[in-house]
Amino acid sequence: MNQIYWIYLAVLLFSIGAATVLVRRNAIVVFMGVELMLNAANLAFVTFARINGNIEGQVIALFVMLVAAAEVVVGLAIIFTIFRTRRSASVDDANLLKY
Amino acid sequence: MNAPSFDYAALAPMLIVFVAALLAVLVEAFAPRARRFVSQVVLATVGIAGALFAVIYLATQDKAVTTAGGAVAIDGPALFLQGTILVLALLAVLTMADEDPESGAFTAQASAVPGSSDEAKAVRAGLVQTEVYPLILFSLVGMLLFPAANDLLTMFIALEVLSLPLYLLCGLARRRRLLSQEASLKYFLLGAFSSAFFLFGAALLYGFAGSVRLSDIDAAVSDGATATAATAVVGQDGLLLLGVGLLAVGLLFKVGAFPFQSWTPDVYQGAPTPVTGFMAACTKVAAFGALLRIAYVALPGVRWDWQPAIWLVAALTMLIGSVIAIVQADVKRMLAYSSIAHAGFILVGLLAMDRDGIGSVLFYLAAYGFTTVGAFALVTLVRTSTPEGGIGGEATHLSQWQGLAKRSPLLAFTFTLFLLAFAGIPLTSGFTGKFAVFSAAVDQAPWGPGLVLVGVAASAIAVFFYIRVIVLMYFNDSVGDAVTVTRPGALTIFAVGVGVVATIGLGVLPAAALQLANSSSVFLP
Repeated sequence: MNQIYWIYLAVLLFSIGAATVLVRRNAIVVFMGVELMLNAANLAFVTFARINGNIEGQVIALFVMLVAAAEVVVGLAIIFTIFRTRRSASVDDANLLKY
Repeated sequence: MNAPSFDYAALAPMLIVFVAALLAVLVEAFAPRARRFVSQVVLATVGIAGALFAVIYLATQDKAVTTAGGAVAIDGPALFLQGTILVLALLAVLTMADEDPESGAFTAQASAVPGSSDEAKAVRAGLVQTEVYPLILFSLVGMLLFPAANDLLTMFIALEVLSLPLYLLCGLARRRRLLSQEASLKYFLLGAFSSAFFLFGAALLYGFAGSVRLSDIDAAVSDGATATAATAVVGQDGLLLLGVGLLAVGLLFKVGAFPFQSWTPDVYQGAPTPVTGFMAACTKVAAFGALLRIAYVALPGVRWDWQPAIWLVAALTMLIGSVIAIVQADVKRMLAYSSIAHAGFILVGLLAMDRDGIGSVLFYLAAYGFTTVGAFALVTLVRTSTPEGGIGGEATHLSQWQGLAKRSPLLAFTFTLFLLAFAGIPLTSGFTGKFAVFSAAVDQAPWGPGLVLVGVAASAIAVFFYIRVIVLMYFNDSVGDAVTVTRPGALTIFAVGVGVVATIGLGVLPAAALQLANSSSVFLP
């Protein structure tokens, strides 16, 4: 199978993730979009590692998973705190800071 | 396969701060509550000062090495920026530590819901969120690594290590906690979004070059014949240009350049003011360090493709930052838009693409950082008064700064000095910095004179709103007892004093600092 399709898939997943971030209101879902983008990048790294025939891309994917996990810890803590304050995780409700 | 070799001496600054951060976590876990605050402050100060001495030692050795298997480059720009970041962080930590914990900038307990009985109980018990200091130290490790990272993976890890603690620190304000939490949420979601773009850009460049090492990317760019298998499959320009574009999104977000600037005012306003000072100064230095390294080490071969885009970004960043700052009514928001405009000025120097350009950017970053830390330290001193005559939250609305000169001449004078430096008035560091980046760009950047004209126009607009604050402080009637100016402690006075000395010193006698910046402007390939 032509490996270029995996790159197309990665680009598609990245676009879906970016669209999720831009259009969804719930902070948790927005954050899921970011995670999808990171995983799309991982897929691209692994595919390029296969195409280029070196192992570096696979190693990078492991590091990225680790960073994504750390990001989840911090992100959920922030979203959870703001949810307890406002009883809402909608990013549209967080509108006090403007102008 | 050989294990990578580590030059521990070259990595010492980062290792010292990292060890201090780990010890700070242990202090948090085991030290009795009464002693935590003092031990954390001492640990942070000693750690940062130790790292600073290590940087100075390395700079005197005058050697440039790549270490950790080539992942970290300790060269002139890296050492200069690390030294700058450490000095600025030291000043920021001193202003944080100086405030009385009972009325300071940080919340008693971040987990307590604002306005709840839990929060009242935490305040009554005199709890202090001393986790601030380990978070600052961890963030500092990322900042030290960011301008020294020699491959895109290390750069991504450094980006996350510097960002994640900052997201948390933004949400720890003692007063107006809803704003603070909102700033934290916005910074986190947008920051994570932009770092995902950075990562995907890195993936595409890895496909293009077969490696994430910056020098390998440069080699692949300049030697198109030795294309990797992936470029044969996907096409070369698509991978390279798209990768560069996505990478730029992540980095321009961190420096707060147009069109990725919209988080800056919200986060600067909502975050606790000492954190804003730390973030505004140190993050900008670190992120511009990384941007410089990518531009000068990895992508000089395609500069004809990215220079026009960055030209436009720089011009719009300067104009938008200066114009929108005019209508701001909050001191912190105004300083945030001013920091956006300054990001534009620094990008002008980056475009020069020669040693003068690097040197001017390094100098500008140091000059801007000192002024910023000092200015935000002063903002923490102007407070509202409570009905009982106590000290309330910060009075950041510009109407509350009216007639401040009559109440506190020294504070008004010092703030005026910092504003004049931001505006780039001669005999301040801001003028020298602007002159350096503009003269580098006029000679070397593509359409440099045009960009410098835009820059001068933006500076003229910016002078208007800086002068407006000065007029407000000196020529308007005082607002009476609604606002008090707290007496700064010795540590804050020291931090502001260093800011003042640097602002005047770099403006009146800039030769030594310019020399230092120029002599440390050679990147290791």
